Amino acid sequence: MLLTLTTTHRPATDLGHLLVKHPDRVQSFDLPAGAAHVLYPEADEARCTAALLVEVDPLKLGGGRRRQAATPDSFTLGQYVNDRPYAASSLLSSALAKVFRSALRGESRDRPELAATAIPLEVRVPVLRCRGGADLAVRVFGPLGWAVAATPIPLDEAYPEWGDSRYVDLTLTGTLRLADALNHLYVLLPVLDDAKHYWVAPDEVDKLLRAGAGWLADHPERGLITRRYLAHRRALAGTALARLAELRLTDEPPADDSVEGGPATGDGAGSAPSAETPRASLAVRRREAVLTALRASGASRVLDLGCGGGALLAALVADRRFTEVVGTDVSSQALTLAARRLRLDRLPERQRDRIRLWQSALTYRDDRLRGYDAAVLMEVVEHLDPPRLPALEDAVFGHARPGTVMVTTPNVEYNVRYEGLGAGRFRHADHRFEWTRAEFAAWVERVATTYGYTATISGIGDHDPEVGAPTQLAVLTSTETGTRKEETTR
Amino acid sequence: MTVLDIPELALVALVGVSGSGKSRFARRHFRPSQVLSSDTFRGMVADDENDQSASGDAFDALHHVAGIRLRRGRLTVVDATNLQPHARAGLIAVARAHDVLPVAVVLDVPEAVAWERTQSRADRTHGRQVLSRMQRDLRQSYGRLAREGFRKVHVLRGVEEIEAAEIRYEKLFNDRRELTGPFDIVGDVHGCREELEALLLRLGYALHRDDAGRPVDAVHPAGRTAVFVGDLVDRGPDSPGVLRLVMGMVAAGHAICVPGNHEQKLLRKLRGRDVRLTHGLAETMAQLASEPDSFVAETTAFIDGLVSHYVLDGGRLVVAHAGLKEAYHGRASGRVRSFALYGETTGETDEYGLPVRYPWARDYRGSAMVVYGHTPTPEPEWVNNTICLDTGCVFGGKLTALRYPEKELVAVPAVKEWYAPARPLVAPGATRPDTVLDLADVTGRRHLTHAYGTLTVPAENAAAALEVMSRYALDPDRLVWLPPTMAPCSTSTVEGFLEHPAQAFADYRAAGADRVVCEEKHMGSRAVVLVEREPGRFSGGAVHTRTGRPFFGPPLDGELLARVRAAVTAAGLWAELGTDWLLLDCELLPWSAKAGGLIREQYAGVGAAGRAALPAVLATLDAAAGRGLPVGELRGRMADRAAEVEAYSAAYRAYVGRTDGLRGVTLAPFAVLAGAGTSYADRDHGWHLALADRLCAAGPEFFTPTRRQVVDLADEAAVAAATDWWLSLTAAGGEGMVVKPYAGLAARSPKGSLLQPGIKCRGREYLRIIYGPGYTGPGQLAGLRKRSLGRKRGLALQEHALGLAALDALADDAPLWRRHELVFAILACESEPVDPRL
Repeated sequence: MLLTLTTTHRPATDLGHLLVKHPDRVQSFDLPAGAAHVLYPEADEARCTAALLVEVDPLKLGGGRRRQAATPDSFTLGQYVNDRPYAASSLLSSALAKVFRSALRGESRDRPELAATAIPLEVRVPVLRCRGGADLAVRVFGPLGWAVAATPIPLDEAYPEWGDSRYVDLTLTGTLRLADALNHLYVLLPVLDDAKHYWVAPDEVDKLLRAGAGWLADHPERGLITRRYLAHRRALAGTALARLAELRLTDEPPADDSVEGGPATGDGAGSAPSAETPRASLAVRRREAVLTALRASGASRVLDLGCGGGALLAALVADRRFTEVVGTDVSSQALTLAARRLRLDRLPERQRDRIRLWQSALTYRDDRLRGYDAAVLMEVVEHLDPPRLPALEDAVFGHARPGTVMVTTPNVEYNVRYEGLGAGRFRHADHRFEWTRAEFAAWVERVATTYGYTATISGIGDHDPEVGAPTQLAVLTSTETGTRKEETTR
Repeated sequence: MTVLDIPELALVALVGVSGSGKSRFARRHFRPSQVLSSDTFRGMVADDENDQSASGDAFDALHHVAGIRLRRGRLTVVDATNLQPHARAGLIAVARAHDVLPVAVVLDVPEAVAWERTQSRADRTHGRQVLSRMQRDLRQSYGRLAREGFRKVHVLRGVEEIEAAEIRYEKLFNDRRELTGPFDIVGDVHGCREELEALLLRLGYALHRDDAGRPVDAVHPAGRTAVFVGDLVDRGPDSPGVLRLVMGMVAAGHAICVPGNHEQKLLRKLRGRDVRLTHGLAETMAQLASEPDSFVAETTAFIDGLVSHYVLDGGRLVVAHAGLKEAYHGRASGRVRSFALYGETTGETDEYGLPVRYPWARDYRGSAMVVYGHTPTPEPEWVNNTICLDTGCVFGGKLTALRYPEKELVAVPAVKEWYAPARPLVAPGATRPDTVLDLADVTGRRHLTHAYGTLTVPAENAAAALEVMSRYALDPDRLVWLPPTMAPCSTSTVEGFLEHPAQAFADYRAAGADRVVCEEKHMGSRAVVLVEREPGRFSGGAVHTRTGRPFFGPPLDGELLARVRAAVTAAGLWAELGTDWLLLDCELLPWSAKAGGLIREQYAGVGAAGRAALPAVLATLDAAAGRGLPVGELRGRMADRAAEVEAYSAAYRAYVGRTDGLRGVTLAPFAVLAGAGTSYADRDHGWHLALADRLCAAGPEFFTPTRRQVVDLADEAAVAAATDWWLSLTAAGGEGMVVKPYAGLAARSPKGSLLQPGIKCRGREYLRIIYGPGYTGPGQLAGLRKRSLGRKRGLALQEHALGLAALDALADDAPLWRRHELVFAILACESEPVDPRL
């Protein structure tokens, strides 16, 4: 990977003094992942360019035995065949910090005044992975006084129909102090790349604040920069943003600095579709509607089938009338998230005993789920291939047979009200289908008849006179509740 | 000498005061593992065998262990005083919970002897009065034991009798494992003598008649035994005639018979109980009225002597009138008998006022075949290795028999509707009842035993597979097999190569194979095609990936199936192979048809970055060189990198083909895995590839043939030719080849162990997209040669063995839970972390 730094300040060769690298020599430095070379393709009075070339040794990057012990999730081919030798990344930042240490601090023994002076600079990074598109490069470098040219690189010239790759050829021009320029690059190249090559430890907060001194606190994209720089570790990002807020002179509302919106928060199968603009509000309203229906049913022992990260579980646990709350999900990862959200390991025993989290799949009968008062299938059915629905129907309505079942699912008719959701597209990439109101009603009717339930259907969210509400809710009540109770008491 | 008869499976409670010699008796007659001693359990829970305060916990633990042993069918002896009713009640409860007979063995020695023994033991500190109290308890126990529920009570009085006693094990009445058949199992007859005669004739029996011309015996020339599942009587026109024939056959040893609920009710009536004359009993009583008293007496004795179920043929076959769940097989208790006679009911009644029966067969997971009657259905249906033979003959249906072990059904139609049914005969459900799977069939840590070995699936692998299976895979009924992972050949030491044919051949030579087939490794995606002649049990079939996902999803999968179906039809394979479905192992081309996203995201991106970065680097270095800087060596390395990225780009571009729907897509079948009733794992690859060629000939525009070389490993010239062939395939960017034992999928080594079904040998250029553009560099190659293949090979064999078992299970039409368990295990193996580059 390559970065070049050009100045036209006269004499341009003073750049060598600022960087403490002689323009007429080629210098190499050992790095944990290979070597860095500094050399000057041009160096005269009018124009001088320093090039930092990082030569990655693939054997030192990821292929080692140590990585093989990693979890299966991270165990992918991408670990071995990747763009790291070519694209600018945190590896380049590390090299920058090592090779241009004093320049980064703004120190210069030979040219102290020049180090403190803004000089005309041009930076080129021929390959930078820019997660979020070329536009983001403009948004992060632009406010810092750079003119930004980010040219997308085509994915494969042999297949023009594939369009652009995620990489840009980046050129920055501006008149800045060299130290500022280097600090911008040090922080922002990995931010645009958004994939750190090393484990982000708490001391990264200090590194970020040091490198960001004087420019990050007021940067309009400081939230994104902080989150990405700290590899989306929420706790770290929160700390950093709080400390940035103290540094800030202006008194803005803190909404911008929310640490929400990092990687998926693990709402799992129950996650709200990304296309729903008032996302939180519909998810909350859905939860409220289900809770209301649950309370109305008089249920005290309840199942949340496909509980995902446990958003509904938390609400159920908060209500003492629910004496037993069971969350099931097919993803053990989702259950781990749910356990964390509910702080299961820290709850007092009596509270803990009300809650169970089980891995279960709705296409299999599960004896543990029998005999509950109510079950919730919130935004779950649409994640199943239609041919698998009969298995779910048998497992839930035929085998588990809760007294009441709440089912919510999107109303596909409403999709036309979502801007940016193309015709025929679903609200979530994993949705296998989305039903019209008539289709949902027909399914509910068939299930109710087959398994002995009565059903009522309503909508959740703002009702649109033409296309209905965004979410559909069915409450199915078993017609044999009486006999079942009798059996239990017998 | 006193002989104590004890059932082979029983809970034996020793009863006696301290010092009566119970432990000594237990040691003499039973294995140490069979004896649970209260002293031992007290020691176990409290570190002190005499700590009476620990007795409660000690007995809890003892009862728990006793329960586990009994569930597993192990004779269990409890060495405790067992002098008090509450202590014995606990044991009776454990025995009942597992449907085994509780037996008491009382050791009664004079108090003086017991006292002497007690005093001689340092660890017994209780006084004489305690012993006297025990003695009183023993006296009181005598009269109670049988009433408390002990089915046998043996009393040994005095030291001599105890010393001389011997144990004799007796079989349970239901244990007829020594009878191996072959059997003809006959469904509910209900007085339909005419139809029974016709059925027996159809089955090949010769009828023997008495002087009045009434059949009194039937004999099969091949010595087959008839088995009646009960309900011989009621409703029909001639219950006495049926009884006469069956009683004659049973007496002559030509048949065995279990009772039905109708016999049970008849018996109570004959014994003078107040029984309502409903459900056809009135007809039987009327018919019996014209029989002599001796016949009625014989009938009473016959029914009274019937055993409620039989375990036959070494435990492989169980016959009971209403079926029997696995936990009850070979057990004896009131509820076992009740289940066998009446089945399990839910406590509800249906709209016709008849009891709703619990579908126990749906949950059945046993290995023994259970054959029963009781519930009339229009057609017998296999459900999890169980079958109900009641086809409602008396209601105008038919009388059905099952030939065992052939599993053939033979039926004769009813002469007429003799009796109107209370509810119409309908199939148990619209869907096959065994299409529903239980979570317990697949989750948790599982030990699997199949014909090709055993395997333990770790719980976390099962958990991972559950997610894939339930969220992404096809329905289990159509997901009948998954391809095993494939190991590469041993690492080559040939200069510049990581994999080379020499090593693949050496691997098979070492394993003892003498003939292999080298098949071109197609540059596509694995596709398993289950194709049905017309939509039937597999709804037409399915196309899925190596992890069981529908390949393209609708509607393309349907179109693809239609093309395969047409080719199979055109090639005439349906008739030739005698099947209406086939399972094909294929590769679908090009790779980009399925993996276009992966190629663009993963491979093309790396290429784009490299192709943009390296020229910029070279330009920079050239400028520096122009200034006289010493960058020659660095430039040389970077130029190599640039060339490698170009080679890498060429390698992935070879996998890209322009497709639109199925346009541009072709299928390369290379194995025909199974068809109706048959696994083709025993056919050699010549057979498989010949069939594949015929499909290609039938549909040349859609099918791609598989190029191959058959190599005799002793023939050096053939080996060299195959090596050259591989070199030319791969030089042109080909992925390489798969070497397989020519003998077929189930090929074994001379020592009898399964061979790897295939070893891949991948091309040098292709491996750039696996190991990185520059993997051929000398430094890198040396590092990569340290790769370890053991785990991958182990997994490949394990999955292969499961796959073979799954094909057999499919051919045998095994219950869905069993077929699914095997396929699920293959997927679970796949979640084992291994180096993805192998």
